[in-house]
Amino acid sequence: MSDITRLIVVAVGGQGNLLASSVLGEAALLAGIPLRMSEIHGMAQRGGVVESALVFGNAQSTIISDGEADVLVGFEPSETLRALNKCNARTVVITNLSPLPPFTVAIGKGVYPDIMELEQLIRAKTARLIAVNAVDLAKTAGNVLSVNMVLLGALIQTGILPVTADHVKEAIRTKTKAAFVDINTRAFDLGFEAASRQ
Amino acid sequence: MHKLLTDQPGATMVLLGNEAIARGAIEAGVAVATTYPGTPSSEISLNFFQISQESSLYFEYSTNEKVSLEVAAATANSGVRSMCVMKHVGLNVAADALMTLAYVGVKGGLVILTADDPFMFSSQNEQDNRYYGKLSGLPVLEPSSVEEAKNMIPYAFELSEALQEPVIFRTTTRINHSTAPVTLGKIQDRTCRGDFAKDPLNYVTVPAVSRKLHVKLLANLDKAAERSETSPYNFVSGSGAWGIICNGVSFAYLSDALRDLDIQEKVKILRIGFSHPMPPKMIKGFLGSCEKVLVVEEGEPYMEEAVKAFAQEAGLTLPINGKGKDLFSRLYEFNPRLVRQVVAAYFGVPCKLEPMVDLSNIPEIPQRPPNLCAGCSHRATFYAVKKAAEGLSTIYPTDIGCYTLGFLPPLGMGDFLICMGSSAGTSCGFSKVTDKKVVSFIGDSTFFHSGIPGLVNAVFNNHNFTFVILDNGITAMTGHQPNPGVDMGLMNLQGYGRISIESVVRALGVPHVAVIQPYKVKKSIETLREAFSFKGVSVVIAQEMCTLYAKGAKKTKSRAYYVSDKCRNHRDCISQLACPAFYLDAERVKIDPVMCAGCAVCAQICPENAILPVKA
Repeated sequence: MSDITRLIVVAVGGQGNLLASSVLGEAALLAGIPLRMSEIHGMAQRGGVVESALVFGNAQSTIISDGEADVLVGFEPSETLRALNKCNARTVVITNLSPLPPFTVAIGKGVYPDIMELEQLIRAKTARLIAVNAVDLAKTAGNVLSVNMVLLGALIQTGILPVTADHVKEAIRTKTKAAFVDINTRAFDLGFEAASRQ
Repeated sequence: MHKLLTDQPGATMVLLGNEAIARGAIEAGVAVATTYPGTPSSEISLNFFQISQESSLYFEYSTNEKVSLEVAAATANSGVRSMCVMKHVGLNVAADALMTLAYVGVKGGLVILTADDPFMFSSQNEQDNRYYGKLSGLPVLEPSSVEEAKNMIPYAFELSEALQEPVIFRTTTRINHSTAPVTLGKIQDRTCRGDFAKDPLNYVTVPAVSRKLHVKLLANLDKAAERSETSPYNFVSGSGAWGIICNGVSFAYLSDALRDLDIQEKVKILRIGFSHPMPPKMIKGFLGSCEKVLVVEEGEPYMEEAVKAFAQEAGLTLPINGKGKDLFSRLYEFNPRLVRQVVAAYFGVPCKLEPMVDLSNIPEIPQRPPNLCAGCSHRATFYAVKKAAEGLSTIYPTDIGCYTLGFLPPLGMGDFLICMGSSAGTSCGFSKVTDKKVVSFIGDSTFFHSGIPGLVNAVFNNHNFTFVILDNGITAMTGHQPNPGVDMGLMNLQGYGRISIESVVRALGVPHVAVIQPYKVKKSIETLREAFSFKGVSVVIAQEMCTLYAKGAKKTKSRAYYVSDKCRNHRDCISQLACPAFYLDAERVKIDPVMCAGCAVCAQICPENAILPVKA
């Protein structure tokens, strides 16, 4: 299993999970690393959870079983917590800290977890947690929608994936809208830098 | 130029499974493609739709899967390579055409793609459509990966033309919605025009003709079996006395499992990709060289039962297992860890599993189910129905589309659903034998797909219920595809007809018909109340463009609303509408101005009139 890196990305529909996955896919192609991915489509627009699995290296499976993710990136803190079933004690977790409470909270059918308790739980159960306020960083970069690129930056900083920052930035240039390339690249750099300080 | 038309054989592209399939069809020179949208097949047809606008490919969104297969059956019998794409339950709709088309056969290749959905990620069941091959007598091909899916399509067309039969191409969600690098091949020329030569004694399936054609079908099945024996898509990999027979994505999980368990020298895998007819000689030969065999297939024990029968014919008594306790389930999908565990246990080898994280002290996380969009017209209609039905004891048959989500709390607008169009037929049954007021829901696309016969039945057999047609001008849930009622001008496309749902309903002679604009809450409630009190069949058409589609087509005059200080925290808005634009901030209700679509339904129901438009 050692030449395979398994990454799970969870997000709320609309946060740009699929675009981030496609950027990583392009980066892997540039780096000459085999990559297979799978996604569950369909509920993204309806505010549901979007989960992608990215398997780097010479594996044939395109999905990742519970307990077998090497890295978990969560675009939304409660979804990061919800996806802990994919993790084991060696998993590195990266999470955005800006909550997007589901409508079930608003109608009183659930209590949003306490963020500090959430961070503690994840740290206690996994190898490492990098927590960034991706929304603030995205706004600094120039557009709140670049949250996905901020988290990509943090992810690449860990060095766990067999793709470099240069590969990803080249992929951002070719895979994201020309008008947003600068903002996306800035967001990536901010996320990278934030992770380096943790 | 559309990326799937790239003419660079040997180039690598990272493609979604559905894109790879569409590309495979382009490489095979497909000239006609038909579909009814259905996840997980929808991206195949989206790509065909786009490609047809810049090439000679003919593509259409047909009214339903039966029609889509009939169109393709005719074009294929006119010598033109055709492909018909649908999700698994769609093949049920097309089955009447499929079964007898198998007798008639084809001239130009016809590939019928069924996108199965183990675990029912977006379907009402997880039926295993390999059985359609057995039922119809048609060949079935199944890829195990995104790349193989592309490469198998030209093979499927060649097979179809060699046998002069349609070929069923079966995928599962994990093929359709996985992404992998794919090597492009040469694009064959497309032949768009065909001809049909009269031959009624081979085409008009009256009993005398069909008796003859069935003989032909069985002969073709024998020919298919010969091809299955030597097909490159049935192969053995590895070596050893232990055997595994598998299909589809299980092959991927097994490849990884054998390496992880370090038993690649001990196990050989027979991967079946041409799964109807199964290759008897190949399988018997494989069984004869194994001590024990594990059959790894998601869904039903389709291969397992066939393999056991072959073993009996060959006089072999080795253990052959697939489904059962400590083995595999018929339910849902597989995953790499599960396959590794079962394989290790079956063959008695050690399996080190990394322990999962302990989840026992994780607090309960609030659910995030999919919800109707902020500003969805269906939410408005459901609210109005709920208000209009106050005091009545009701049954709400519903149907398949975005509006199905309305059955969840707090709206609770949905009580029974089994298939496309079932809202209409089941309303007849419920209203005939119960004393409850029956109000049913159907969308515009579903209405054309299969709602009309049920409504005709209601008028003819004099039933008593209110049929609410939710016309949001697009086939929304599957990704905003056209249907016969939509305005194609909004997509900048010409040359389409447009059918008015109201005209159809009136032409059927429905005695009470009304149209509502759901964002106008009070009027809608009044109109619905009138319809509910009508004895007989009443139809209310709720007309309002899908808010998400309108945003994309730049048709909204989006002005957000906000909660002013007049709010007394009744929470009627949240508890009755549960619009996702609402959120709580220090126990006060707020509206997210980015999400708010400005439908103003909440503003109309607030007893304090505290919800106001944001000033420009």
